Amino acid sequence: MLEETGPEWLSEEVKTGTTIIAIEFNGGVVLGSDSRVSAGDSVVNRVMNKLSPLHDKIYCALSGSAADAQTIAEMVNYQLHVHSLEIDEDPQVRSAATLVFATLNGLLTRQPFAVGGSGSSYVYGFVDAEYRKGMNKEECQQFVVNTLSLAMNRDGSSGGVAYIVSIDEHGTEEKVILGNDLPTFFDQ
Amino acid sequence: GGFSFENCKRNAVLEGEANKVGCSMPAARKTGTTICGVVFKDGVVLGADTRATEGMIVADKNCSKIHYISPNIYCCGAGTAADTEMTTQIISSNLELHALSTGRLPRVATANRMLKQMLFRYQGYIGAALVLGGVDCNGPHLYSIYPHGSTDKLPYVTMGSGSLAAMAVFEDRYKPDMEEDEAKQLVRDAIAAGIFNDLGSGSNIDLSVITKGKVDYIRPHDEANKKGVRTGDYKYKK
Repeated sequence: MLEETGPEWLSEEVKTGTTIIAIEFNGGVVLGSDSRVSAGDSVVNRVMNKLSPLHDKIYCALSGSAADAQTIAEMVNYQLHVHSLEIDEDPQVRSAATLVFATLNGLLTRQPFAVGGSGSSYVYGFVDAEYRKGMNKEECQQFVVNTLSLAMNRDGSSGGVAYIVSIDEHGTEEKVILGNDLPTFFDQ
Repeated sequence: GGFSFENCKRNAVLEGEANKVGCSMPAARKTGTTICGVVFKDGVVLGADTRATEGMIVADKNCSKIHYISPNIYCCGAGTAADTEMTTQIISSNLELHALSTGRLPRVATANRMLKQMLFRYQGYIGAALVLGGVDCNGPHLYSIYPHGSTDKLPYVTMGSGSLAAMAVFEDRYKPDMEEDEAKQLVRDAIAAGIFNDLGSGSNIDLSVITKGKVDYIRPHDEANKKGVRTGDYKYKK
């Protein structure tokens, strides 16, 4: 018999699948994400940058429902801009964090590094074993890229390219690492 | 504040009760659909098929799925036909008022924001999946907008039940900075892939070419499924 319902992604919500990671070093932070957006079994965007700017030097990594994450990031971006005009200086990172966690009714906790998204489950062991205190910016970036690459290889909902954002006192640096430039491990 | 979803719960209960006694709710007319868009050197090309379905029946063999938003912005719609029609009309109206207020030609990003914020407010209950394209003061732009309110800004997008077939064509042949004729041919072929390989899409191919200062609304661009001429006659000769 003919299948009428059509692809389930027409009715299914668009999720970001995702692997996201953030790590603090002395003088700044490095954030990283994959680029795959899926709806059911279909990939609807293979180059989405999930590192969303909330302000010049405050970024937010998105995972879960694409609509909800995009909406929150855009709303907080707007509110932070108004807030920074009101206080006449750059907003604090904890203000941004509070705006997000209050909207989500969630948990706010400061950590030296964090991973999230469906792909994070596959790399908890790696990050726990490989993280060292006192890494510099380049070591952090390499750590982030390695973690993303491993997660993207194992998680079906993560893939595409890797986006890295490094923020320190001098400014913000956005980088893209294309598929074939990602580090390879055993079995590749 | 916020939208009240009480009636959605009620409707689900009523539908369950109707199904129990053997009746079914009238099927919403969907556009089945293959829609797509591509950014080329001077602008964007939007394409759509023309079949509207009600369940397994073709309700309209030649419906128009490329909707006007503003003189420089058009929007293709997939999903529930009424939702795409009304949503695009509401945003078109609001954008006209907004343009009168700013005194400027509307931007594609503005239309995108308005659409996504409205669709998010209704939490996916408005079944409108849109491909929004246009040319404004910042150049050509193309967005895909999903029923739950997420959007993607990309150089080429496809939506609808035939989107996988159309995307296969794009992934094979898309190049940045194409000429207008190349882009039109690419979009035509992508929609054709949807029409011939997806049951929910069919009939003709409509195109809309938007460049700075000009819009070519080509309906139809390609009558891919012309009704044949009857060659014989069963009438009994007197």
